[in-house]
Amino acid sequence: MMTYPLEVDQLTVAYQKKPVLRSVSFQIPSGKLIGVLGPNGAGKSTLLKAVLGLIPKVEGEVKIFGQPYREQRKSVGYVPQRESVDWDFPTNALDVVMMGRYGHLGWFRRPGAKERELAMECLTKVGMADYAGRQISQLSGGQQQRVFLARALAQNAKLYFMDEPFAGVDATTEKAIIQLLHELKEQGKTVLVVHHDLSTVQEYFDHVMLLNGELVASGPTSDIFTPGYLQKTYGGRIAMLQDFAAVPAGKV
Amino acid sequence: MADFWIILTGTLVAATCGVLGCFLVLRKMAMVGDAISHSVLPGIAIAFLVSSSRDSLLMLVGAAVLGLITVFLIQLLQQGGLQSDASIGIVFTALFAIGVILISRNAAHIDLDLDCVLFGEIAYVQWDTLIWNGYDLGPVAVWMLGGTLVLVLAVIGLFYKQFKLCAFDPALAAAVGIPVALFHYLLMGMVSLSTVASFESVGAILVVGMLIVPASTAYLLTDRLSVMLLYSVLIGAVSSAGGYYAAKWLDASIAGAMITVAGILFVLAFVFSPLHGLMARYQKRRKLKTASA
Repeated sequence: MMTYPLEVDQLTVAYQKKPVLRSVSFQIPSGKLIGVLGPNGAGKSTLLKAVLGLIPKVEGEVKIFGQPYREQRKSVGYVPQRESVDWDFPTNALDVVMMGRYGHLGWFRRPGAKERELAMECLTKVGMADYAGRQISQLSGGQQQRVFLARALAQNAKLYFMDEPFAGVDATTEKAIIQLLHELKEQGKTVLVVHHDLSTVQEYFDHVMLLNGELVASGPTSDIFTPGYLQKTYGGRIAMLQDFAAVPAGKV
Repeated sequence: MADFWIILTGTLVAATCGVLGCFLVLRKMAMVGDAISHSVLPGIAIAFLVSSSRDSLLMLVGAAVLGLITVFLIQLLQQGGLQSDASIGIVFTALFAIGVILISRNAAHIDLDLDCVLFGEIAYVQWDTLIWNGYDLGPVAVWMLGGTLVLVLAVIGLFYKQFKLCAFDPALAAAVGIPVALFHYLLMGMVSLSTVASFESVGAILVVGMLIVPASTAYLLTDRLSVMLLYSVLIGAVSSAGGYYAAKWLDASIAGAMITVAGILFVLAFVFSPLHGLMARYQKRRKLKTASA
């Protein structure tokens, strides 16, 4: 039997008593760019956090490359939402990227020259090498997002989770992120991206998951990104959605 | 010799609190430090009642336990849906009140003065010396604070990257397998320890000043965490020495003068810091204006 990068079985997550995700089950294919879509409050970020063990699950099972997450931490890279951290923290871009190596260093080893070099390489890949020594609050939103991506690259993972990396970034950053996603894919890595902008879905993703508290559908973009499924996911707000799904793939 | 011991004691308090304070400030938990410093009171009182002596070690343990209970209760209330500032207010006043009752009820039996607990008396530190084999080894407070400082530096030094990542991005820390809760309670335990170790000299109220003021001043002066830690300790040390001489000159409370000096240093940094000060910001804005004009 082949193992999937991520396999979720009957996952239920609740905040206080209110369920946010109800019995979500799916597998994701290897080496694909996967978009996780759904309206606000659909549980997209919650899904990522539950998979990473950041919030407790009520029930269900999560397997990463066939094993519990604990055993596979080093195969996973994580890009949290940009607003989740305080950018006034006294540190610079290079230092933030080096944090991506902390998990690999174990309990006592300190980051050294090797980590610095790798972090610099990752910053270069996202076009931020010139800003390595810049205090992070002095970076624009898009630059901050690229620093976060560089940090995930430094984790050198096989499976990446990205929580809204395109939110509030400039066009340059958006292009840089897309290029990076394709590079990761070419290296055979799998990337799961929580995404908001429906107009770019067909252009960016091979595979989509539609989420609305429950899993509405999951599969190749051409099969799943259809008016029918979108209506099921977004309910009444379909009028404007029609336009997105009506445009044939490749023309955007 | 008196000058030396008092300034050394103040500096040890400042160094211990300065290091921990940086992490409290960065984690936006300054008020939790305040809460801990008050709610360790029942721990101290219980330790007195149990041992009916001023055994410092027992007091440290009692207070550390209460400090951790405080943090735990605050989190419990928050998870129950209460706002975080209200949770802090409820927990620390309730525990502090219990401490006041314990001390006032037993005041006749134990040699523990509420004023001393609240405001400390650093001038008396030199009289309570540690005698070992007939040798006078210097004030007990200096040994206790020195020990706490060594412990704090060792723990922070050993786990610097964990404390840093937990402060900056706890989600990533948890995702890469750092036990975030463990380091949270470790930090809070150390804050409790240093509060108790400091309370005899500066008191439960002013120790908050030592935790927060030098760290906040350092925050305004640098963009590097390691430098911030160093500045925080230096500013604390300057505050203790400066405060001691100011108090001598004014013939006033030493601990009060130390925190006042720290406060003055903070105001100076707030206005004149080349990085984040008011002046620097004003100049930057003016430059932008002239550039766009």
